[in-house]
Amino acid sequence: MIEIAGVTRSYGAFKALDDTSLSIREGEFFSLLGPSGCGKTTLLRMIAGFDTPTSGSIAIDGQPMDGIAANRRPTNMVFQSYAIFPHLNVAQNVAYGLKRLRLDAGEEKRRVEEALAQVSLSGLGSRGATELSGGQRQRVALARALVMRPKVLLLDEPLSALDKKLREQMQVELRRLQQAVGITFVLVTHDQYEALAMSDRIAVMFGGRIAQVAAPKEIYQRPVNRQVADFLGGMNFVKAEIVEESGASIIVETHGFGRVKTDKPQAFVRNGKAATLGIRPERLRVLWDDATSSHQVTGKVVDRHYFGEITHLIVEVPGLEKPLSVSETNNFGADDIPVGAAIRLAYDPDALVAMAD
Amino acid sequence: MTAAAEGSPPLRATRSRGGPLLQSEQAQGMALISPTFLYALVLLAVPILVVIAHSFWTQNYLTIDRTFTLENYRVTLTEPIYRDLLFRSLYISLVVSFVTVILAYPIAYFISFHGGSRKNLWLFLITIPFWTSYLLRVMSWKVILGYGGVLNSGLMGLGVIDEPSTAFLYNTTAVIITLTHAWAAFAILPIFVSLEKVDRTLLEAATDLGDGPIRRFLRITLPLSMPGVISALMIVMIPTVGDYVTPRLVGGKDGVMIANAIQAQFGKASNWPLGAALSVTTMVIVTAMAGITVFILRWAARRAR
Ligand SMILES: Nc1ncnc2c1ncn2[C@@H]1O[C@H](COP(=O)(O)OP(=O)(O)OP(=O)(O)O)[C@@H](O)[C@H]1O
Ligand SMILES: [Mg+2]
Repeated sequence: MIEIAGVTRSYGAFKALDDTSLSIREGEFFSLLGPSGCGKTTLLRMIAGFDTPTSGSIAIDGQPMDGIAANRRPTNMVFQSYAIFPHLNVAQNVAYGLKRLRLDAGEEKRRVEEALAQVSLSGLGSRGATELSGGQRQRVALARALVMRPKVLLLDEPLSALDKKLREQMQVELRRLQQAVGITFVLVTHDQYEALAMSDRIAVMFGGRIAQVAAPKEIYQRPVNRQVADFLGGMNFVKAEIVEESGASIIVETHGFGRVKTDKPQAFVRNGKAATLGIRPERLRVLWDDATSSHQVTGKVVDRHYFGEITHLIVEVPGLEKPLSVSETNNFGADDIPVGAAIRLAYDPDALVAMAD
Repeated sequence: MTAAAEGSPPLRATRSRGGPLLQSEQAQGMALISPTFLYALVLLAVPILVVIAHSFWTQNYLTIDRTFTLENYRVTLTEPIYRDLLFRSLYISLVVSFVTVILAYPIAYFISFHGGSRKNLWLFLITIPFWTSYLLRVMSWKVILGYGGVLNSGLMGLGVIDEPSTAFLYNTTAVIITLTHAWAAFAILPIFVSLEKVDRTLLEAATDLGDGPIRRFLRITLPLSMPGVISALMIVMIPTVGDYVTPRLVGGKDGVMIANAIQAQFGKASNWPLGAALSVTTMVIVTAMAGITVFILRWAARRAR
């Protein structure tokens, strides 16, 4: 649907986007995820046509987009600031792009109402643009873009201005809407939970480059490097040494976890013998009483953080240079484990992931 | 229940604390502005009241008869000379304000949208003509438009005309040209300010929704900069009706405006009541004209959607 081939965008010597290639499929909910300043907006604006690549090319639906102005592209955008026209009311805002199509009045009205219904704003058509709440403005911006029936809908951090509750509600609604209309959505966000919750696939970007493109689960469980792993949530990193690398799997030797065989991550680039083994805090389980597991480590609790439904235990394990962070639900009493207690932690070897350093 | 009970006392406390604070803030504000405010009020209201009072009186050689009369207004509205002067003044100010705004808009637009980091330099350059006195600027137009002036010699040099033309100076056109130039900067500034306030993402949104540059300008930029256009129109229109110096210097016989007649009544003719009636009538008509212009423009802007 969208083919981005070797796109670079330079500002002087600085490359906001560096030789980026990406292929976005038809009808998918695709997210660009990365920290502030990594070039997400730059890439989105080039898809929309507000910016042109210094080199490389972008094609939408098989059509090369070089030299095609933003107003002639089959894309529509939901701006971060929503960009609601202040001198027009809600219905006029939504009808803005339709005017050019010269539909007859009844058809135009029907499409505006349909779009307003899609975003649950029916009946608010005559409201002034300045009389709307943040969430309502966001919906108007969405309706205004959807009513054009674009091939691609581009969303630049559409939820970042909303409070937490509303944001979570809109995540669900956006996802539902995308499935209902079947349009390709490209969402820019720096919120990893948002990306994980909504997307079919995610591209994680750092410093103008794409680090990994994969489905949410894959990205979370099998990050290609420490940077990606870190950005998507807490991760325990353990120094490892590569013992054997063959085809799809890799064997590493660590102090705390011994010899581990894992799937080789995509785009694994070997850098000498050094590697990193990672495990997410919630994949370590506390072993109670005399329960045992064939995969376990023993350590001492050195700190404890209480978060209501879960507790974070910081566990020192002999042989590991850094203590492990363990996230345990509180329904078995993890919040009652005293600091200084000796505990055993079980893990699933599948939860271990080897990463390039 | 408990929450409400607990919630109310602090609420009341803040309210009672907020009251006097607000009052004292208001009082402070009033105290701060009152000297200036009184000064402005006195300077504005007293002369107007004096003029309005005079317009209902009669001049008897050196004394003023203070019995109420509408005679001055009858003369003002029925004497062809005053009616003509009034119409000419309104016509000139209308033309000047619209031409000025039409010329100022592209300049303001250029500075706002393409001025980049040098916006301040551009604005500074615009104020340069104001470093010299208004009189000098009007005089320089005399040099340009006059019989042996720059315009005539230029046209003769190009072979467009054989001998100097007198058509450029001492008429209505000369007044319009000079006033337009004089007021340009005053029109540029409010338009510039309102263009600066137009959120640029709105223009991107319009483009995104399919508008080319011209439609985008007509549908977004122009309506959103309308407040600036209207204030520019008013800023130029209202004072030009009563302009006195320009018609006096470059207007000749054809360019005389109502202010010249008013000046004559207060001066040589020594008929203050008639002069006052002319002034009041002009004020009322200018207010009406300004109001109607604003109304029409607002209505047009709403229609354009
Ligand atoms: N006009 C410009 N001139 C120079 N540098 C720019 C320009 N626009 C963007 N940049 C730089 O390009 C980089 C990428 O910017 P971009 O807006 O794409 O970031 P982003 O990933 O969207 O970040 P955020 O999450 O903060 O919105 C930034 O380092 C920014 O400073
Ligand atoms: Mg951004």
